[in-house]
Amino acid sequence: MNDLLETELCGIQMKTPIFTGSGTFGFGEEFADFVDLSRIGGVVVKGTTLLPRRGNDGIRITETPSGMLNCIGLENPGVEVFLRETLPRISKYHMNVIVNVSGSSVEDYGKLAEMLDVEGVSAIELNISCPNVKEGGIVFGTDPKAAAAVTKAAKEKTKKPVIVKLSPNVTDITEMALAVEGAGADMISLINTLMGMEINIHTWKPTLGNITGGLSGPCVKPVALRMVWQVASKVRVPVIGMGGITTAEDAVEFFLAGASAVAVGTVNFADPAATMKIADGLECYLRQKGLSHISELTGKLDLTF
Amino acid sequence: MTLPKYVEDARILTQKERMEGVFEIIVSSEKIAAEAKPGQFVQLGLPEGETILRRPVGIAARDEEKKRLTFFYRVVGHGTGLLASHQAGDNLSILGPLGHGFSMEAKRPLLVGGGIGLSPLLSWAQAFPGRADVLMGGRTAVELFWQEDFRPFVREIHITTDDGSLGTKGFTVAILPELLQKNSYDCVMVCGPERMMRAAAEIAQKAQVPCQVSLEKRMACGLGACLSCSVDGQDGRRRKVCKDGPVFWAEEVFP
Repeated sequence: MNDLLETELCGIQMKTPIFTGSGTFGFGEEFADFVDLSRIGGVVVKGTTLLPRRGNDGIRITETPSGMLNCIGLENPGVEVFLRETLPRISKYHMNVIVNVSGSSVEDYGKLAEMLDVEGVSAIELNISCPNVKEGGIVFGTDPKAAAAVTKAAKEKTKKPVIVKLSPNVTDITEMALAVEGAGADMISLINTLMGMEINIHTWKPTLGNITGGLSGPCVKPVALRMVWQVASKVRVPVIGMGGITTAEDAVEFFLAGASAVAVGTVNFADPAATMKIADGLECYLRQKGLSHISELTGKLDLTF
Repeated sequence: MTLPKYVEDARILTQKERMEGVFEIIVSSEKIAAEAKPGQFVQLGLPEGETILRRPVGIAARDEEKKRLTFFYRVVGHGTGLLASHQAGDNLSILGPLGHGFSMEAKRPLLVGGGIGLSPLLSWAQAFPGRADVLMGGRTAVELFWQEDFRPFVREIHITTDDGSLGTKGFTVAILPELLQKNSYDCVMVCGPERMMRAAAEIAQKAQVPCQVSLEKRMACGLGACLSCSVDGQDGRRRKVCKDGPVFWAEEVFP
């Protein structure tokens, strides 16, 4: 047992404070050949909606300097299929399943939270920040009042911890964080992808079928780190930091900035075992620094010069 | 059923340009070379720091004894351009074997391919020597260097070129009806541009010969997680090219 990294957040027991980024890790089962899924703090599964969604047409991904753009468009089988088929199928992995949900109305979020208040689900993450679909939550993610309303609607319908995932596509991220904390969010995760685009100079058309997409990967890490630091300095609830984390060293920066846990996303595509390597690397770092637990890093950014 | 997948270091043994912009690369591999089925692919990773994502590449041949895999690729962008700059001795990373390949039950198939699409078809020919015929097409004779790769493993090679510089002049599928009529093939396996695959599937259906197509899509993970590569199935359900394919029965994905 590895007590250096064992963490409890909002009643969820985790072997490591390492989550997976929604949409980068399927339902966890796709990675079973490469990782011990029960060692991941929370497997945040693909964004789920009330009804099935087929996602966007055309090209859905493109690599960019030190990152990638995607415009999947929340393709998913819908919450009913998730509950009936997916959840029973993945229960054998004994992982903390965190369901990321998106809605097109405040009521949708309440309904989804209620339907997912079942055994086998450890927490619910509200996606109020998908940049790739009109009804994918971004409207809730850029207006503090709407973000609070969505958070409250979900909290009223579930006993599970509710995580709210913030969009970086706002002027003041702390305003959004304080709004959802005030509405009862148990944890805040950030950042979702930054809106971007790419143009094909031979055809003069956008590369992506949806014209714009969400930017992720190492290129967004400095922005993500700055936002995690700003938010963690303002809120009391635990913050899950994410955005371009590729190595244990990257993760250490997010803990120092104030994160209580981190999520790993785009790097899973290049290295399906990345979560395990980051966990091993964090242990190694803590030992080298003579620390006895990962929580000793959280928020320890030294601002004295 | 899904078999185990592996991440392996793959040292480049040889890399040569077979025609302008088309490369053949042979790399070292133990587990993937031992287990890959015809039509499967790998996600090929460049040395750390060069790219963020892996690139999907079809397996063209495997040698379990010598622990080798052969791939072909066309330089189409940044990633494949970087790959072309690497030399024997350099280390790559391969993730695989991925996806579902071509039918292993066929006794006498016709392989139909154009361009780089001939690469996964070669893996079938190599796995079952002496069973298949191949119909290959290209714009000009230069693009049909594939003949020498297929010759040891197939019975007949049929060729078309757009300009008539080799074989029959015209599109690849133009001579498909005649070939299907003259021979008793039990399967048509197609890989190439989508238009060609759709046309071939339609002809095969008319001739009542089962047809498989190998689709190509951009993908990030290759494991069924990122959903970059999903396509519509005829039944209304979505399919992932990486996991449910890349090889599908034509009627599953084409109208």
